[in-house]
Amino acid sequence: MRQPLLLFNAKGIYCAQADVYLDPWKPVDKAIITHGHADHSRWGHKRYITHHTNIPIIKHRLGDIKVTGKEWGETFQVNGVTFSLHPAGHIIGSSQVRVEYQGEVWVFTGDYKTEDDGLAVPYQPIKCHTFITECTFGLPAFKWTRQEEVMGHINDWWAENRSEGRCSILFGYSLGKAQRLLKHLDPSIGRILTHGAIENMTNVIRSIADFPETTLVTRDTKKEDFRGALILAPPSAHGSTWIRKMVPYVTASASGWMTFRGARRRRAIDKGFVLSDHCDWDGLLQSIQATGAEKIISTHGYTDIFSRYLRELGYDARTEKTQFEGELAEMETAKEKEANT
Amino acid sequence: MKHFAALIKTLDSTNKTNTKVAALADYFDTVNDQDKLWTIAILSHRRPPRPVNTTLLREWATELAEIPLWLFEESYHIVGDLAETIALIIPDGKQSTEKSLSEFLEEMIQLKAKDEVEKKDYLHKNWRSLDYYERFVFNKLMTGGFRIGVSQKLMTRALSKSTGIDEDILAYKLMGDWSPMKTTFEELILQENAADYISKPYPFYLAYAIEGTVEDLGAVSEWYAEHKWDGIRSQVIIRQNELFVWSRGEELVTDKYPEFEKLVGVVPNGTVLDGEILPFPDGKIGTFNDLQTRIGRKNVSKALLAKTPVILKAYDVLEWEGNDIRSKPFKERRAILEKLFKKTNAHAPVMQLSETLVFDHWESVAKERERSREVRSEGLMLKRKDSPYLVGRKKGDWWKWKVDPLTIDAVLTYAMRGHGRRSNLFTDYTFALWDENETGERELVTFAKAYSGLTDAEFREVDKFIKANTLERFGPVRSVTPELVFEIAFEGIALSKRHKSGVATRFPRILRWRKDKKIEEANSLDDLKQMIP
Repeated sequence: MRQPLLLFNAKGIYCAQADVYLDPWKPVDKAIITHGHADHSRWGHKRYITHHTNIPIIKHRLGDIKVTGKEWGETFQVNGVTFSLHPAGHIIGSSQVRVEYQGEVWVFTGDYKTEDDGLAVPYQPIKCHTFITECTFGLPAFKWTRQEEVMGHINDWWAENRSEGRCSILFGYSLGKAQRLLKHLDPSIGRILTHGAIENMTNVIRSIADFPETTLVTRDTKKEDFRGALILAPPSAHGSTWIRKMVPYVTASASGWMTFRGARRRRAIDKGFVLSDHCDWDGLLQSIQATGAEKIISTHGYTDIFSRYLRELGYDARTEKTQFEGELAEMETAKEKEANT
Repeated sequence: MKHFAALIKTLDSTNKTNTKVAALADYFDTVNDQDKLWTIAILSHRRPPRPVNTTLLREWATELAEIPLWLFEESYHIVGDLAETIALIIPDGKQSTEKSLSEFLEEMIQLKAKDEVEKKDYLHKNWRSLDYYERFVFNKLMTGGFRIGVSQKLMTRALSKSTGIDEDILAYKLMGDWSPMKTTFEELILQENAADYISKPYPFYLAYAIEGTVEDLGAVSEWYAEHKWDGIRSQVIIRQNELFVWSRGEELVTDKYPEFEKLVGVVPNGTVLDGEILPFPDGKIGTFNDLQTRIGRKNVSKALLAKTPVILKAYDVLEWEGNDIRSKPFKERRAILEKLFKKTNAHAPVMQLSETLVFDHWESVAKERERSREVRSEGLMLKRKDSPYLVGRKKGDWWKWKVDPLTIDAVLTYAMRGHGRRSNLFTDYTFALWDENETGERELVTFAKAYSGLTDAEFREVDKFIKANTLERFGPVRSVTPELVFEIAFEGIALSKRHKSGVATRFPRILRWRKDKKIEEANSLDDLKQMIP
């Protein structure tokens, strides 16, 4: 029997025919990178290949690396294997990787979401035989509300806090969620202030997209500047001394995990907004159907549960162990960034 | 229901107590009396009987969500709350309802007697039409146990703010055996009502653990010390030749402890005693484990009564000759209590006086505390001689001074997802100690479960370890590679036939993570048994 086109080994997802890794977690010679989150783009590879919009992002995170940029749908060959990148809609610059060899097609999603967030190029289903999917929110309990509605709630929340003289602190990961929130905040309500980790990352992405004006919170920021303002901060800033001078404030978090009442209470956050950069249950199932794939491999999230359900639907589905962590990893990214600033 | 669901949503949107009180007071100002009454009942855990059992709820919810039952169960393990899980998996109706909370509750009461077809119809109709928060609240009412981060104290504060009635008075009015089906808001809260006064206990005065050193409490001569008995804190009430026994959980437990019937006719009418119900097998104080055999039973058999009788260790008197004497100094209340004991002792061995101890030096108090385990107490209570009997947990006049817990180093062997605030994290752990099996090999034997004592950051770290080191899965439980050692603290220890290890520990909790220890260095079951007094 022929070796599978993509293997899961100790270093990552490996294409032996081309000697190329996809989002490897150990240093390798040649790595195709889906997007800039820390669990997918790691330090130490000799050559990086990614979508060109992701280059400034990973360079900001990883420093001076040797990287080649590709266009959406642009094909490139390595030892008879055809690779191409396609929009994943997860965060700005995020791709799926299509791999084709002798008529057999595999797609690796990295992380993805189906809703158009107005910032990342929207997800496009790609026909394939084997589909390697994340399932961070692979439970029927997860159902997203449309972004327009959620952002409406967030802006209302801010306006109400402002009318009561309070400052609104909104937690979101510094890469991805923060820019998505910023893009859709209503700057007519008040000033938008940022934490250093978010300000730096946003400045990098300003070369690719337009955002409302932001002001970095510094030691010199005056107490009255916080009143009625909205502060964008990474989740790790919650409970830190950094937010103490913003009193009186109200906190909120925007994440898929906010679906659970327990998740919000555990983090001792006032308000939870359910807004995720991953697929919800229906999003996952519809995407899988749209690829036409018969073989489904789940990489991270509620993999065992999700694979079992797919098998009941008639798919040849299994789970592979990876070091991807979905939304949790993004939280760590924020932490690590904060430590660096 | 719309108002109630909106209230729950608002309470869910803040962690600040003052904001919660304000939202609740606002709510009380808005809704009608019947809804107020039901809200008070629900938030003080007086809910109507469950109209549909949870097995049927699960089945019917999965049917509507069009998912297999196993997938529902998996989701439930992760969400951690049945009402929330059902609310999440049902397709969103995005409608709202005009029906009031009371109307819903009355429907649910009627529903209990209906057949399954009608019940299912009722649930499906409502699940389809209610919006998310209404659906969640609806399910909470159906499944009972309305724990949503609003304590009775917080509710009483809000009610006081809304009605202008003093908080302590409200706490008193809300105690006891009332039902929203048999009273009105007017009767329960607004009117002075003497009719149901006969069964009513007083709100318990609770102590905080001592902070700093005992010397900070000032002159030892101003204080009484008393052993802190490990039983069920209770009030025993004798009024109009009737007995009422109330536990601290505001539960009327008279039927569970028929021993106290003997007090009627011996203790004068118009007396309320505060004390601890203790197991008293073979004429001496038993362990809390002995008491466990009595707690769950509503009907007590003669055999059990003979094997594990109970006594009341009394330490305070709150009502005497029909008068509320809580504002008298503790010293005077004790004098009354001791006089009562002198008169009745011979007639009522079921009641014992908890001795107050007077000391010249704090060092002697400390020495007495060291003796606690010998006399089967948990430590000492320190009570100011001139203290009134206050309401609720208050600092200043009464302090708990418990003995240091016993501790042992044990190995983490199983883990389960937490509930509520901790769902989605593995925070409920099972611990094991070394033992030798028949063939002389060392093996780990489970001895206790614990789910508190670590910081959130530590829980996250252990959670990560568990996810990466799972050996087997048994539904929500996972066995993990034995690798982590924790110091487990507990208050008491006794032999037990109900436990695999043969030992039962009281209040086991994690004291700290012993990252410095390998599993070989954890303690053995023999080490644990050595601690049994």
